[in-house]
Amino acid sequence: MRRHLLSAGDLTRDDAQLVLDTAEEMRSLADRPIKKLPALRGRTVVNLFFEDSTRTRISFEAAAKRLSADVINFSAKGSSLSKGESLKDTALTLEAMGADAVVCRHWASGAPHLLAHAGWSRSSVVNAGDGTHEHPTQALLDAFTMTRHLGPLDGRRVAIVGDVLHSRVARSNALLLRTLGAEVTLVAPPTLLPLGIEGWGVETSYDLDAVLPKADVVMMLRVQRERMNAAFFPSVREYSRRYGLDARRMATLQDHAIVMHPGPMIRGMEITADVADSDRSVIVEQVTNGVAVRMAVLYLLLGGSEAAIGGAEDRPSGGGEA
Amino acid sequence: MSPQTSTYVVRGARVLGGEPTDLVLRDGVVAEVGPGLSAAGAEVVDAEGLVALPGLVDLHTHLREPGREDAETVETGTRAAAMGGFTAVHAMANTAPVADTAGVVEQVWRLGTEAGYCDVQPVGAVTVGLGGERLAELGAMADSAARVRVFSDDGHCVADPVLMRRALEYVKAFDGVVAQHAQEPRLTEGAQMNEGELSGRLGLQGWPAVAEEAIIARDCLLTAHVGSRLHVCHVSTAGSVEIVRWAKSKGWDVTAEACPHHLLLTDELAATYDPIYKVNPPLRSASDVEALRAGLADGTIDIVATDHAPHPHEDKDCEWPAAAFGMLGLETALSIVQQTIVDTGALDWTGVAERMSYAPARIGRLAGHGRPIEVGEPANVVLYDAATTRVVDPADTASLSRNTPYAGRELPGRVVATFLRGRATVLDGKLT
Repeated sequence: MRRHLLSAGDLTRDDAQLVLDTAEEMRSLADRPIKKLPALRGRTVVNLFFEDSTRTRISFEAAAKRLSADVINFSAKGSSLSKGESLKDTALTLEAMGADAVVCRHWASGAPHLLAHAGWSRSSVVNAGDGTHEHPTQALLDAFTMTRHLGPLDGRRVAIVGDVLHSRVARSNALLLRTLGAEVTLVAPPTLLPLGIEGWGVETSYDLDAVLPKADVVMMLRVQRERMNAAFFPSVREYSRRYGLDARRMATLQDHAIVMHPGPMIRGMEITADVADSDRSVIVEQVTNGVAVRMAVLYLLLGGSEAAIGGAEDRPSGGGEA
Repeated sequence: MSPQTSTYVVRGARVLGGEPTDLVLRDGVVAEVGPGLSAAGAEVVDAEGLVALPGLVDLHTHLREPGREDAETVETGTRAAAMGGFTAVHAMANTAPVADTAGVVEQVWRLGTEAGYCDVQPVGAVTVGLGGERLAELGAMADSAARVRVFSDDGHCVADPVLMRRALEYVKAFDGVVAQHAQEPRLTEGAQMNEGELSGRLGLQGWPAVAEEAIIARDCLLTAHVGSRLHVCHVSTAGSVEIVRWAKSKGWDVTAEACPHHLLLTDELAATYDPIYKVNPPLRSASDVEALRAGLADGTIDIVATDHAPHPHEDKDCEWPAAAFGMLGLETALSIVQQTIVDTGALDWTGVAERMSYAPARIGRLAGHGRPIEVGEPANVVLYDAATTRVVDPADTASLSRNTPYAGRELPGRVVATFLRGRATVLDGKLT
């Protein structure tokens, strides 16, 4: 029996709740002098990063080490332009080295899916962000952070604001938060919302000011300046004016509402410095919670015999209709 | 392949699905048609229950030679063609070097003649190096031994409207046709799959239908304006079918093709992230598939063309965005057409002969192909068992590549024999 975490959409409500409950236990470890459990002693976790992401890599590394796993960091260069070493050969290498879990970050949407299902390796695969597809552990740590502040998420209103089109964080959050009963509103200029978003089961809005007073959570997404050059919006100034979170807008939030950002932030673009550093901001806490949630995920995938998240069974990728 | 030409007596074949009859194929032509035929020293082929069709003609094949002999050669590609019931294929120009001079098209033409499994009619590039900037020497290719009549930058769109206009005008001098790969390049930068709800979910960059439809509409108008002849490659959307239908209603000289994979498969397959399903234009929605079938049935879409696109394994055994576009098609085309058009009642075998033999030969101005199975006509004949089924195994393909999207799928029908000018290239379902 093999388990992977490829998409937040693969998680049932019970799966997600189990991760959040386990993360709560892992979180308590952070307050102890010795932050280590023996749960994954003798197991090998490989951080396979085809795309630079120091934050996500060290978060997974800390998580695996606190569970006493052996950690191998494997940075493979490559992009859509220069293919570099093939994913297949890398997977075969890791398989030969006996990796129990592969944490995969990749510039190509679907690469972790391929790693899990192409028959190249028997490792558990954790999607640590693939292209513009998904980033399920980010969604789990976001949900964990929300839960710690707001309690159960049923009926809670979450506004996710910014470059939804290119955001794996938005996709995973939309899927997971729905599963957990929250009401999600994706806020962006029409150019940065994917076509067919009506089918996602979430609300959308072009008007941030209308959404803020009702929100329990505001999650700001990173917006790359370069998008301006592809005419997604006219200028940084106009983007900030219409979709940036500043002190004036923050003042329209309910008293209990929190402000989140998956990082890395571009201060002055999607969020002003005073908002990022305000009491409402839980951005630094998200980082702490990230380690706890990733510990929970690795523990549940590799540790317990009844490990029961992710759901994806081993199945061949080729042939036939999916 | 046996060098000498034999005489064949084909017994009990149902020509275009009609009543069983016998055929005598002799000296490269259909010598006799009728019941109870025999001929001295002839080889007898039992065709009881088999449908006889005119040799199929593909207007859109990638043979990869010269340049990508690791994917396909003229020899292996024409073997695959014969196995699929084809007696002539048009070899697309996107080789290395590009088929944009008389020298290259003559080389491809000669390789086809030497291989002998089917006739190879080279397609000439519209622009030098497929670069979209300067016209290639279309006249020299037309006047060459290869007698090129179809010109295409396939794989690339002739996006510049002035260049497209000039190409359409210029080919009128030798009754040529411009076969357009309709893809507005700016709307499809980095595009990976059909743009729709699924592309948004999967995080794969969308290839919007409008990028195809806008070019087709523009080119239909240009064709009318200069009074030339346009052929639209691999139509994939319902909107494109509507535009072509409108252009034809105006009496403009526009023809269009659909590919077998666009008649059967949908974009849902992209959810596997298996690039075996990555193709350009991409697999579309179920409603597009329905519109293509309807367009093929009512004649809006003139022909089925395979867009047979071989790729070596490593170019498909990788991340979706890194993988090559394209899929094999020659050996499965007739089966897919049977499944999607014939078995559904949309067309009979006469219709199949029109869409897969007569019309493509007519559009390509290809002499000696696309002729009815009648006395005195060239003996280009396929014997097809429509009553059987088979499960596609990529290892069985005659192509050098294995990138068929139908692996493991049960398809109806099987080519039993193919005759090229009276010589068997396939007998008993095997290459001779």
